[in-house]
Amino acid sequence: MSQYAILIYEDPAYYETLPPEGWGAVVEAHNEFTKGVVEHGGSITGGEALKPVTTALTIKVGKVTDGPFVESKEVLLGYYTVEARDLDHAIELAKLAPATGGGVELRPLHDPSSPL
Amino acid sequence: MDETDAAAAEPRRTRAAASDRLLATVIREESARIVAALTRWLGSLDLAEESAAEAIEEAVRQWRTRGVPPNPGAWLTQAARHNALDRLRREKRYREKLTLLADPAEIEPLTGTGEVDERLPLLFGCCHPAISPDAQLALTLRAICGLTTPQIARATLTPESTVAQRIVRAKRKIGAAGIPLRIPEGSERAARLDIVLTVVSVMYSEAHLVAGGDAGADRDLADDALWLARVVALELPREAEAQGLLALLLFHRAREGARAVDGELVLLADQDRSRWDRRMIAEAQVVLEKAAMLRRPGRWQLHAAIAACHSDTRDGGDTDWLQVLTLYDMLLAYDRSPIVRLNRTVALAEVDGPQAALNEVDALRPALTGYHLWHAVRARMLRLLGRRDEAMAADLRALELTANDAERRLLEARVQC
Repeated sequence: MSQYAILIYEDPAYYETLPPEGWGAVVEAHNEFTKGVVEHGGSITGGEALKPVTTALTIKVGKVTDGPFVESKEVLLGYYTVEARDLDHAIELAKLAPATGGGVELRPLHDPSSPL
Repeated sequence: MDETDAAAAEPRRTRAAASDRLLATVIREESARIVAALTRWLGSLDLAEESAAEAIEEAVRQWRTRGVPPNPGAWLTQAARHNALDRLRREKRYREKLTLLADPAEIEPLTGTGEVDERLPLLFGCCHPAISPDAQLALTLRAICGLTTPQIARATLTPESTVAQRIVRAKRKIGAAGIPLRIPEGSERAARLDIVLTVVSVMYSEAHLVAGGDAGADRDLADDALWLARVVALELPREAEAQGLLALLLFHRAREGARAVDGELVLLADQDRSRWDRRMIAEAQVVLEKAAMLRRPGRWQLHAAIAACHSDTRDGGDTDWLQVLTLYDMLLAYDRSPIVRLNRTVALAEVDGPQAALNEVDALRPALTGYHLWHAVRARMLRLLGRRDEAMAADLRALELTANDAERRLLEARVQC
């Protein structure tokens, strides 16, 4: 088993223009994902939602500036970490992740105990 | 007949100096099996592949002068295994791993045991969508076909350092990201097989880019592509598209003797049909029929069916263009790429006339304006419509854009007449 991060990138405008009743559907989609991962033989080991990208600041060599590290239409809004058998299994789980306003990036987590 | 019998039957050949073509054939048969078995043993494709590549280089050096040993597979396995252990001992970071390894004697049954062919799972790993298409091709050529990095560089007209870097990154990614070496099952399978077939097809077209291109390639990638298409088709007999690609490559290969004559390209319509390899065409037809019986149509089978139409002709004027156009229309349901649409216009011109074809060609301008053959096809349509000056300008633009010397000579001849 290996650990993978599922990074959720979406257009913030998608949520800004979402009607109030839409939020219930978003929460429901994430609950479905949590269940789906287990049904597909994986497990969720962590995850958080980030506050809007307007709250981001960047620090480079001690210098603090306003805004995210990379300016782009779709921004990192949250992540999950999951345990999967291999990359194909992780892809299967990542496909379940809700990201209607964009997509997800899948990254294997580094295991410090295995240098290879 | 197994390898020992073959060696006994031809003792003289095995002792004589081996030609590069023979070496390529022998190494290709063994390379992927050895990489797969070593990966299973070592738990690292990177290390396995590196050790096998080193063994192949040693083999090429020795066998060129001394001839191929009676059991080349065993020789290469032994050498690769030795290299791997050597690396493990030399490099500190591997030392812990060394104690965990099974006795190498346990991985003995590598060849000719009739167990599941490990080459295909390895091939699907090399062609994983998490790896870039350029790297998929380079890694497949090295790990599956057993080419050396310089051979890949020469055969794909890519700098050696670029090829080496692509291979290293791809191998590391397989290890680090946990890309499984497995044939996918279920809904993913068709899409993943299509990537594998695309890599094989690109391998074949790369050979054509180089053919007549005055490049110093010492290995014909078309041979490798045909070999690999055959392996995939034989190992996955129920996959219609795998049969389709094999049929397609056989149809094309059969025409090779007429397509490039003394380093000069000859267009399909002008090719001397007596130079076509009739036995290969017959084989292609059998393979395509086998594919059709599986009743799972797809783009490779349709490409092959189009190639089959051309192979039925006695001369260029004999082509059943309506049939070709119908097949292209079916192909569009699977593959709407601009190149397919451009090729379709050639059939469209024959059926609906050059103006209809020119309209379609012009619609593809945004996607293909940097592609020399778009300008060449456009020139053909303009010429058929009697717009000679515009045709000349389009041919000149095609000439500017082509990187292949043989294609350039063909276009130059057209501009001059």
